Amino acid sequence: MFIINCPFCGERDQSEFKAGGEAHIERPKQPTELSDDEWAEYLFMRKNIKGVQFERWNHAHGCRKWFNMVRDTSNDEIKLIYKMGENPPIE
Amino acid sequence: MSNNLRVKSSNYIDETTIVSFKFNGKNYHGYKGDTLASALLANNVHLVGRSFKYHRPRGIMTSGSEEPNAIVQVGNNAAITEPNVRATEVEIYDGLEATSQNCWPSVNFDIGGINNLLSPFLPAGFYYKTFMWPASFWKKYEYFIRHSAGLGKSPTKPDTDIYDHKYIHCDVLVIGAGISGIMAAKIAAKNNLKTLLLEEKTQIGGSTIYQNSEKFKIDNKNSSEWLINEINEIKKLDNLQIKTRTSVAAYHGYNYLLARENLTDHLSPSEKKGKIRQRLLKIRAKKVIVATGSLERPLIFNNNDRPGIMLSSAVKKYADHYGVICGKNNIFFTNNDSAYESAISLHKKGIKVQAIIDIRENSKSSLVEEATNLGIKIYWSHTVVDTVGYKKINKISLKKLSNDGQSTTGSKINISCDCLGVSGGWTPAVHLFTQSGGKLKFRDKDQVFIPNKYPSKQISIGSCNGDFSLNDIIKNCLNSLKKFLEIENIEYENLDIINPIETEKRNIWLLPSDKVIGKTKPFVDYQNDATAKDIKLALREGFRSIEHVKRYTTTGMGTDQGKLGNMHALGIVADTTGVKMSELGTTTFRPPYTPLTFGTIVGRNVGEYFDIFRKTPMNNWHLNNKAEFENVGQWKRAWYYPVNNETIYEAVQRESLAARESAGILDASTLGKIDIQGSDASEFLNRVYTNAWSKLGIGKCRYGLMLNEDGMVYDDGVTTRLSENHYIMTTTTGGAANVLGKLEDYLQTEWPELDVYLTSVTDHFATASICGPNSKKILNKLIPELDLSDENFPHMSFKEARIGKIKCRVMRISFTGEHSYEINVQANYGESLWEHCMEAGKEFNITPYGTETMHLLRAEKGFIIVGQDTDGTMTPIDLQMDWIVSKKKYDFIGKRSLYRSDTIREDRKQLVGLLTENPKEILEEGAQIVSDLSKKPFEMLGHVTSSYFSPNLKKSIALAVVRGGKKMMGKKLFIPMEGRTINVTIVDPIFLDKENKRLNA
Repeated sequence: MFIINCPFCGERDQSEFKAGGEAHIERPKQPTELSDDEWAEYLFMRKNIKGVQFERWNHAHGCRKWFNMVRDTSNDEIKLIYKMGENPPIE
Repeated sequence: MSNNLRVKSSNYIDETTIVSFKFNGKNYHGYKGDTLASALLANNVHLVGRSFKYHRPRGIMTSGSEEPNAIVQVGNNAAITEPNVRATEVEIYDGLEATSQNCWPSVNFDIGGINNLLSPFLPAGFYYKTFMWPASFWKKYEYFIRHSAGLGKSPTKPDTDIYDHKYIHCDVLVIGAGISGIMAAKIAAKNNLKTLLLEEKTQIGGSTIYQNSEKFKIDNKNSSEWLINEINEIKKLDNLQIKTRTSVAAYHGYNYLLARENLTDHLSPSEKKGKIRQRLLKIRAKKVIVATGSLERPLIFNNNDRPGIMLSSAVKKYADHYGVICGKNNIFFTNNDSAYESAISLHKKGIKVQAIIDIRENSKSSLVEEATNLGIKIYWSHTVVDTVGYKKINKISLKKLSNDGQSTTGSKINISCDCLGVSGGWTPAVHLFTQSGGKLKFRDKDQVFIPNKYPSKQISIGSCNGDFSLNDIIKNCLNSLKKFLEIENIEYENLDIINPIETEKRNIWLLPSDKVIGKTKPFVDYQNDATAKDIKLALREGFRSIEHVKRYTTTGMGTDQGKLGNMHALGIVADTTGVKMSELGTTTFRPPYTPLTFGTIVGRNVGEYFDIFRKTPMNNWHLNNKAEFENVGQWKRAWYYPVNNETIYEAVQRESLAARESAGILDASTLGKIDIQGSDASEFLNRVYTNAWSKLGIGKCRYGLMLNEDGMVYDDGVTTRLSENHYIMTTTTGGAANVLGKLEDYLQTEWPELDVYLTSVTDHFATASICGPNSKKILNKLIPELDLSDENFPHMSFKEARIGKIKCRVMRISFTGEHSYEINVQANYGESLWEHCMEAGKEFNITPYGTETMHLLRAEKGFIIVGQDTDGTMTPIDLQMDWIVSKKKYDFIGKRSLYRSDTIREDRKQLVGLLTENPKEILEEGAQIVSDLSKKPFEMLGHVTSSYFSPNLKKSIALAVVRGGKKMMGKKLFIPMEGRTINVTIVDPIFLDKENKRLNA
């Protein structure tokens, strides 16, 4: 069980949080103009990397805020946490 | 006591306190401080169990949690009996009852022993190979396999013991209180670190504490004497908490560990009464020091499993720690110097050691010299090729080992004995380290896996780190602690340590016999009866991965998880396939390290505390009026209110009729309620619901359908506009939390520009829903000043009012199709509101109805229930709810998905109504629907989702999802049931009052 440093509340046990899948997949602004394939790409396709992955997390049993996390899925090391709307680190 | 095989002078056994216990129905005596194993051995009982597959007699092999054979059933009470308990860990108390497992009728005469004779026919993978054909026979095979499988008996009654959970946070956690753990704990605690020291055994001190050899000295004191001083000192430290009988079960990431603290298992029934049995410690440590020690390896030779064959260190511990003589005529069999320590210690206590058989050519250790001087006969370069004695060893045969160690030469020597202590060297206990994600490396020198890469702030010290000599243990431990704890000056810096210099061991994973391997039984996994032969067979049959070999042969899959034999299994695979051990890797070590009872895992969360029950403010009234309840999410909802011993069917028929004929009342408090405010609230609703919201007038209500982004129906409910920028949304009872989460997600991550605030107010309001032709009259009695005319208060509108002094929100909305009102009050007035309604409705025979009647009434109207008529694969179009999907809105959640190639298919499952040919026949929910009975297997078109007998229509009605159902109106279909077929016709899903006349009645 990891310890997650919520950008609003500080360090808390993982049990207070909910994972929300891959980060930085923006909902298309004009869905109606997308082809079936393009919409399916947004709707279904996720990377699920073994290694460094950008993820969304929610402090569900706390401040209920969503934020982003860079996590190495091979060893659960959390490399970085940043707020929604902030740019992902380059690299 | 007829048999009391004891030597005097054990510090750890209280010979003045006699403890009586029962084993296999027979009375025995031991002393306070004995384990079940030591007490049995003192009574000359070696045979304690039967092996799993061949039912071979098995005895006590070890003195700790790694025990594979001596697993027993403790207690004969159907509520608190426990299977698979290691006799080596059970502390005896007055009244203890234990029995052998896996034998019938008794451990001495076990019918299953015939499997031993059949063993040539029971090779690895026997079950896979034998029970495959013919496929139709599986049912018969399964019956017998299930009856012969499993160890021990489960309790048949609920556990009456009390268990507990506790969170602990510390700076430093030290696991294992042997010499290195004790030193580490002292150093940490003395440097102002909050330290926790855990030890699975009863006492701290590890094996050094009973080390009586003069050859191990620290600061000119015997090592045990020095350690006892240290123990006395650490007990005084404020910063240090020591817990014994506490076994770490799991080491997870981020230094989160689970440990089981055994509080009362060692007490007599009267002493443990009312006390907590075990406590699960949930530990979060800033730093972890693993000092779990090492486990002695057995040697793998022919018939190495007989009772009386034990680990050499166990023989020593039973003598030195418990004062118990395992055998009167001992032989040791070894590949390293440790067995000599045991032999010398026994000899000095006056216990006969006949010989030591050493597979090495020689050893220059001072221990060997001492043994020789004591006159113990040593057979160098010899190996045991066979053992004799069915229920206890009585003889061994040995032969000279060839130079390459792969065969034997010369003539066979037979020696009689009653105990054979074996030592194959030591295996670092790296289980917890690897559980935490640590990576191992293989050290060729002594063939051990040792910690290499640490995944968190932790170190391994002592013999679990591969340091085996006293000097290495202490020196390396100090060096690593200094760095790990960031301490400059460390005590013990200039300790003077003396220990015998070890001579390298000679490692042979599988020792040769004078017979061909096919005729031998060299056990690798004692508990699961996996032999070296089975492993070789698996390799011949093409298994290569060690994980596959493990599963095929079941090596390491017993309750002991192969703590003794796993290394040998790896070694035999490596030798046979020519792969290096370092490349082969190990199988995965998984928690728990030793078995945990379910009671410990659940702690106090049992019975009514297993999951939270949510109750509405009217709950007491429902209880007092004999309601039956059903669980909806975490809610307890009134299901129906039986009167005069009515069945559920009778009650629901009566309630349903009453609601349509006069008046009914439902507790609707559980519906999710979300308060939505902000200048963009209307826009927000536009985006989350399929229909349009901008033009909804203040004081008006609207039904909304919410989709997932994939276009499937997710939730539904009525939302009311309270003022310009203020709405209250209702959700399904079970979906409330998820809907709020989803809305928050969109607001925070996709549309942060919207000025909208969401608050869950489900628990803030109590809701009574009054329906039926007399509901208007009842509400008029409750709130006479409110104008209930259709002009002032039409269907789908809202009013604020007061019942007496209580403020309430009244919505004229309907889920039954009747004229009806939902009255919401502050939650703490809920019961009072309900009573007022009952009082006002008395003259109209107002009838409380539960969820079952609600379901029936809405089904008559063809209203869906999300989660009953939908299952996450239904679009609004599938539900024939096209009318609620806005064509004008540019976007809403899920809109784009409604015209994906898959969602526009015309042969999707669609919601329809069903009528049975026989109007009295009630369909089963979930029943499958087919159109062609001649073609088998039947092609299933869909299934029944809701089904009731409608008392208002006096016929059976059902909702169903049927492939292409929309275009099948009037079509006759079939529902095949066991032994008969029901004929049905597809109809419109609205069965009653299509024109909605009753809403305004």
